[in-house]
Amino acid sequence: MSLLEVKNITIKFGGLTAVSDFSLSLEKGEIVGLIGPNGAGKTTAFNAITGIYRPVSGSVHFNGTDITGMLPDKITKLGIARTFQNIRLFSNLSVLENVLVAHHLRLKSSFAAAMMRLPGYLREENAMRKEALELLESVRLTKFANEKAGSLPYGQQRRLEIARALATHPRILLLDEPAAGMNPKESQELMEFIGEIRDEFDLSIFMIEHHMQVVMGVCERILVLDHGVTIAEGNPAEIQGNQKVIEAYLGVEMDA
Amino acid sequence: MMGLKSINRIFLSIAAIAVVFAFLIWAQGNLDAYKVRILNLCAINIILTLSLNLTNGFTGLFSLGTAGFMAVGAYVSALLTMSPEVKAMNFFMVPINPALAHLNAPFIVALILAGLISALVGFLIGAPVLKLKGDYLAIATLGFGEIISVIFTNTQTITNGALGLKGIPQYTNLYWSWGTAIVVILGLITLLNSSYGRAFKAIREDEIAAQAMGVNLFYHKVLSFSLSAFIAGIGGALLANLISTIDPTMFRFFLTYQILLMVVLGGMGSITGSCISAFIMTVIMELLRVVESPMNLGFINIPGIPGMRMVVFAVILIVVVLFMRQGIMGEKEITWDMLLRKGAGRHESSGS
Repeated sequence: MSLLEVKNITIKFGGLTAVSDFSLSLEKGEIVGLIGPNGAGKTTAFNAITGIYRPVSGSVHFNGTDITGMLPDKITKLGIARTFQNIRLFSNLSVLENVLVAHHLRLKSSFAAAMMRLPGYLREENAMRKEALELLESVRLTKFANEKAGSLPYGQQRRLEIARALATHPRILLLDEPAAGMNPKESQELMEFIGEIRDEFDLSIFMIEHHMQVVMGVCERILVLDHGVTIAEGNPAEIQGNQKVIEAYLGVEMDA
Repeated sequence: MMGLKSINRIFLSIAAIAVVFAFLIWAQGNLDAYKVRILNLCAINIILTLSLNLTNGFTGLFSLGTAGFMAVGAYVSALLTMSPEVKAMNFFMVPINPALAHLNAPFIVALILAGLISALVGFLIGAPVLKLKGDYLAIATLGFGEIISVIFTNTQTITNGALGLKGIPQYTNLYWSWGTAIVVILGLITLLNSSYGRAFKAIREDEIAAQAMGVNLFYHKVLSFSLSAFIAGIGGALLANLISTIDPTMFRFFLTYQILLMVVLGGMGSITGSCISAFIMTVIMELLRVVESPMNLGFINIPGIPGMRMVVFAVILIVVVLFMRQGIMGEKEITWDMLLRKGAGRHESSGS
């Protein structure tokens, strides 16, 4: 049984079918990529897995539990965390606070205990801070801990978004274009970073990426989406040689 | 190191509270009734401003229901503290509901019940309404405030309708009002610096990201809204027991608007900002009574214009929105650490 099992999901907006019959099975420890031209429905598929959209048909199972149509926070609690295509940090909160927010879902103390700073709450808060600082250390953001998240350089913001997702203790991490807007050096670092966190945090990773160098370098398996339809699936070499994929990206050559 | 620092801070806070109370003891004995009343109003406005800032500034829920929650708190406290004889005198048109006629409770119980019932109303309103966002939430909560005042006008056996309630015992003194204000300030400081506070702020910053990080939006929004209602209810109760006469028309939109101005002026998302602006605005509102009285400028006689204060008030709001969008404090706070650092800086510069 796969860790994440997406079965034939279809998502429609009014008359428009954004994703049709999308299936995916993600094994433990795998890194799978999702590519496709703009508007192919990649992010929509992501949103259906994380509960932002509810598919009109099909199902999503995580670790044997049916999570189709569950609220995003419940899904995160079960163990699927994500980042966003256009970075969505809590810009006015500090880097440390951004990570601490992601620890909130495991807090057991009630708001009254937190308000009165009861010993039980303080213990949880201290443990939370300690863990958050360790996480920042491991993603090399410690020196920015008290800076506002919005003031970080772009590459660091991406890294912080991943750190924040890791703080929810996920088993699956969904990355939506983590290399967007990065220069070659930064994307090289990112590739290494993704490999590192997979091993360190024992994750399965499903990522959308346009940056072919990153996708081919880091993913073990790739799915290609075009106009909501999965047109190819295979390892990087297979995808690179696939005629349909080349057509989807470059267009069909017409005989003169 | 950390321990020592936080012990220092606690010590400083206790010292500051002691200073405030020493001043209150002096004020209660030495200031005239008018000034004491203004000081009471300052404390009540601080409470109300913090209540509104909790939803609007910290959780990003643009709510305008304050006046409605105040009305609930004010009526609950009034009905609990008025003696049966005074109640009988008030309800001469339509007799009071017999269940309420002999109800009587000490002030502290009345205050807490005022808060709790207001919070319950907040929960009942919040649960369906908090699905809305931005302007829609503002309009829905505004509607709620108006509905409360209409309901209270028509439930004559409970609220005495448009006649209002008179002769509410004046239990609110400086100790009650400032004591409550300090409890509210301390409670909000600890809450907002806790994990729950971070969740509130995360919702304000980005709802979708907050939910994706596992923050239960519904729970936290309703919690923030109900807590805000709780505090506003207590504020309304203190006000009722200060001015001793209440009627449904008192709790209309203008009251919310006044509190909203204090929140915006102080800075959305700043506790110290709210305290400072509530204090200053309350005092200014009193000083501005001058512009309503007839004036003789030597060459021209201006007759008293009632309502002129509100014009000045509106101008202040426009100026704030145009030139000081962040308010006095923005999202910053005045903390002991900050004050100590400034003090230390001054020492160093004077020493060199």
